[in-house]
Amino acid sequence: MTRKTILAVIAAMALIAGCATMMSDAEVSKKSLQVMKSSFKERGQAKLDRLDQDEVQAACSLYGTPDKVPKDVAQRLEQGQLKAVRYPADGKFVGDWKAGETIAQSGAGKQFNDDPTRPSGANCYACHQLSKQELSFGTIGPTLLNYGKLRGSSEETRKYTYAKVYNSNAFSACSNMPRFGHNGILTEQQIKDVVALLLDPESPVNK
Amino acid sequence: MEESRKWAGWSAITVAAVFAASIAQMAGAQQRTAVEDIARYRELLQDGNPAELWELRGETLWKTKRGPKGVSLEGCDLGLGSGMVKGAYAAMPRYFADADRVMDLETRLVHCMVTLQGFSLADAKKQPFGNGTDRKSDMEALVAFITAESKGVPMNVGITHPKEQEAFQIGRSMFFHRGGPHDFACATCHGESNKRIRLQDLPNLLEPGDAQRAYTTWPAYRVSQGELRTFQWRLYDCFRQQRFPELEFTSDGSIALTLFLARNANGGKFNAPAIKR
Ligand code: HEC
Ligand code: HEC
Repeated sequence: MTRKTILAVIAAMALIAGCATMMSDAEVSKKSLQVMKSSFKERGQAKLDRLDQDEVQAACSLYGTPDKVPKDVAQRLEQGQLKAVRYPADGKFVGDWKAGETIAQSGAGKQFNDDPTRPSGANCYACHQLSKQELSFGTIGPTLLNYGKLRGSSEETRKYTYAKVYNSNAFSACSNMPRFGHNGILTEQQIKDVVALLLDPESPVNK
Repeated sequence: MEESRKWAGWSAITVAAVFAASIAQMAGAQQRTAVEDIARYRELLQDGNPAELWELRGETLWKTKRGPKGVSLEGCDLGLGSGMVKGAYAAMPRYFADADRVMDLETRLVHCMVTLQGFSLADAKKQPFGNGTDRKSDMEALVAFITAESKGVPMNVGITHPKEQEAFQIGRSMFFHRGGPHDFACATCHGESNKRIRLQDLPNLLEPGDAQRAYTTWPAYRVSQGELRTFQWRLYDCFRQQRFPELEFTSDGSIALTLFLARNANGGKFNAPAIKR
């Protein structure tokens, strides 16, 4: 054999070996979960079951980024999530904006080094502009400056805002925004308080 | 280079003062992103990078006869042959036939400490990270020395071996794996361009330019922590923010994710240890 053919044979063998290991998406997810389960250790409140996925997490991971999710899949997920929203029993959606501001500023909660007996924050400012005073805000989400001023505070707006914070995916499947109520990050009262931050005319969001 | 001279060259006090000044400015009316701050900050620190202290200590650790077998690490094969350090990091993680496993730099060092120097696995793995004050990590020092020897070398991580291909696929899947109470995946924070959290710019690690800039600047001396931090540490701490459990040092998952990210940075000139906020 000439050098060239030997090289060609080696290349072909490499290709076959390569193909033999190319896994399908489903195989990769399965293998990847196995590998992950052996690559993390539980610490504090962060147990290994955090690697397991619900229907939404599994579907969203498959498509990657939110813009890649097919319309029909998105609709199905949104309907399911909307059905699971639990509204406050007293029918009130709005709490205290001052408490809401504290929650919006705090990024504490649910990390393996956080104290699980203390309330979590929501760190809305990590992703959203909310008030003119706070210059340290992120841009993963849209600006919410003047949210209440722009939308008013009809029953419909109050209910939507509560549900959006409770479960962002009910309106926008695979959103990068956490499902604060659905996943038990914030309590009902805390959600009412951040809704007040968005809607109360006295809140810095609307000043 | 003499260690004490370097220390004096940039006393901790100067660093603290510069840092405080930049924070004060950040709080001012004019809004700047962290990246711009760091750029300014680098200019002010022309004197050098404290990471050099870790590099020096790592070089000594590499060359010193240690462990039950009393040999140095100079016989360790980082992929280019025994003792070849120059450029080795720019092609890692990679498959090593002698261990039949894909390994990142740290995993390979642990392997060599066990097989060459005779350390127990537990001893070799015992302190991956420094604690911010008095307990420095030997592993971080070794990594500082070896990575510095790839300065200027373009990243060139291959996925030719089937196990490298598998690691790449698993790493990619981990990058998109949403989980935990916040539904976060790496992609939540690093899957789009020109985003930031608070004032910290987030690299889009799926895009070559950003991936190169991010990957080729770790390890880095973190001014806010007074420690040299490795890429392993970066992953560990992002998983903490992701609300996941604790990533295990030298685990298959951490190697796979590192390979995926290193491969995305291919072509970028390696330029670390760097200095960061
Ligand atoms: C990790 C990022 C992130 C965090 C944290 C976050 N959000 Fe969002 N938010 C987003 C993104 C991305 C969108 C746009 C996609 C969507 O609608 O879900 C969004 C959308 C919204 C909307 C819908 C805006 C509209 O036009 O209807 C509201 C309201 C909102 N967020 C409020 C909040 C509040 C209040 C908090 C804190 C309790 C918060 N967000 C925390 C990322 C985030
Ligand atoms: C909740 C948000 C969040 C998640 C999830 C997250 N990161 Fe990060 N990441 C950050 C922030 C914020 C920074 C910048 C930190 C700083 O500058 O101090 C960062 C920095 C980084 C950097 C260094 C960039 C540079 O240029 O120095 C890398 C690499 C990185 N993350 C990788 C990952 C990977 C891989 C994952 C998934 C395991 C991940 N991140 C998950 C928020 C996140």
